[in-house]
Amino acid sequence: MPITVMSRSFSALEKAQQIGLEIAAPNADAVDKDARFPSEAFDALRTERMLGIFIPPEYGGGGCSIADLSAICTTLGQYCSATGMVFAMHQIQIACLVRHARNSQFFAAYLAELADTQALIASATSEIGVGGDVRSSVCAVERDNGSFAIRKQAPVISYGEHADAILATARSSPDAPPSDQVLTLLKREEFTLTRTSGWDTLGFRGTCSPGFVLSAIAPEDHILPVSYAEISSQTMLPVSHILWASLWVGIATAAVGRARAYIRAEARKNPGKTPAASVRLAEVVSKLQGMRAVVNDSVRDYEGIMGDPDALSAMNFAIRMNNLKLNCSTAVVDIVGHAMLICGMSGYREDSKFSLGRLLRDAYGAALMINNDRIYGANAAMLLVSKDD
Amino acid sequence: MVEKIRDTLRQYARLNRDVSAISEDADLYAFGLTSHATVNLMLGLEDAFQVEFPERMLRRRTFETIANIRESIEELTSGQTASAS
Repeated sequence: MPITVMSRSFSALEKAQQIGLEIAAPNADAVDKDARFPSEAFDALRTERMLGIFIPPEYGGGGCSIADLSAICTTLGQYCSATGMVFAMHQIQIACLVRHARNSQFFAAYLAELADTQALIASATSEIGVGGDVRSSVCAVERDNGSFAIRKQAPVISYGEHADAILATARSSPDAPPSDQVLTLLKREEFTLTRTSGWDTLGFRGTCSPGFVLSAIAPEDHILPVSYAEISSQTMLPVSHILWASLWVGIATAAVGRARAYIRAEARKNPGKTPAASVRLAEVVSKLQGMRAVVNDSVRDYEGIMGDPDALSAMNFAIRMNNLKLNCSTAVVDIVGHAMLICGMSGYREDSKFSLGRLLRDAYGAALMINNDRIYGANAAMLLVSKDD
Repeated sequence: MVEKIRDTLRQYARLNRDVSAISEDADLYAFGLTSHATVNLMLGLEDAFQVEFPERMLRRRTFETIANIRESIEELTSGQTASAS
């Protein structure tokens, strides 16, 4: 059995490579410049049934592993950061459904529907009024006669206008405390989005993430059957950090690729003379290897305890996953910056094949999506009691 | 012991309900216990009972109910005699 799984995963990675190279890459500059959704890449990912790749085979999905998803995100991220990020965010939502909703009759059928239609799912976890804390909600589900209503002021919903469904957090009832949250599935025909801001940002422009007022009425069985506290610590948080870091590795890999090509071109111009910046290339390649190692280590760590909810709720695991995010979000800026030093003016120019502007702008987003200072604060608090290094 | 746990909860857990009215088996997270407040609760309990929670106890379940907290502290305080045997 491992052999068939591996061969299928390998072909999924090959497909990702092909879609990245042939479709995402040629459109990446336009997606960035126009801050538009990478629709060509997502049409191709749908056609190749990559959106349902993590759904178990019994529901008609690809049944791939977290390690496979990580590799695919890195591959897509090399060619177009927005494509990699949207793919990662979609798979995070799928992972939440696969791991926490299967016992519900509705969600079992919905997973099969997702595998069939290759629907794209967005996320509405942040909210105005909670100060960036995704483990708190202001809005609440208001149940009434078999259905529920929700109205959420979301500061961002990435690709909200391009999604077929949204997973949104809310308090479990109007009198529940902010931390007592549920996760709800809202389908396209059940929600309306009223735009409250634009999306003209430094990087990740193609994720199309403006603010919205999200309003929906949906059947009660669209509320996931377990608390968001569980979903967050066991799946949403670790899988987010792993897949985001994986696509940041893709960005860093693309930058190092350009630096390597630049050094090679320089070396060809002056055979027999090692280019001055080649030592910097050696340095940045070692940094990239370190970043990859952190991601791979975290994937192994998570896959090792994926089936153990108690271990996933442990403080030392949360600290390790937070460290993955902190390490990789700073490493990606550092690595793209080093590539810039290697490529020099050719990297700084916007019209050269070595230009690194887009990658650098995207890289700076990594520390901000769930702000690193908030994560350092959380780790600092946990380290008051945790002793495990 | 349960009274002392309730006192510590009152001081650090920032629950949305009167701690005296919470049963020993009730889910404290449903009453607004957050992960940040859990850290303060742990520090408060460590001080009140002169114990130190080992890493294996730093999990969601340990602080989920008053009964779970009591069991953990009982295990830690009886640990001195247990480890001698």
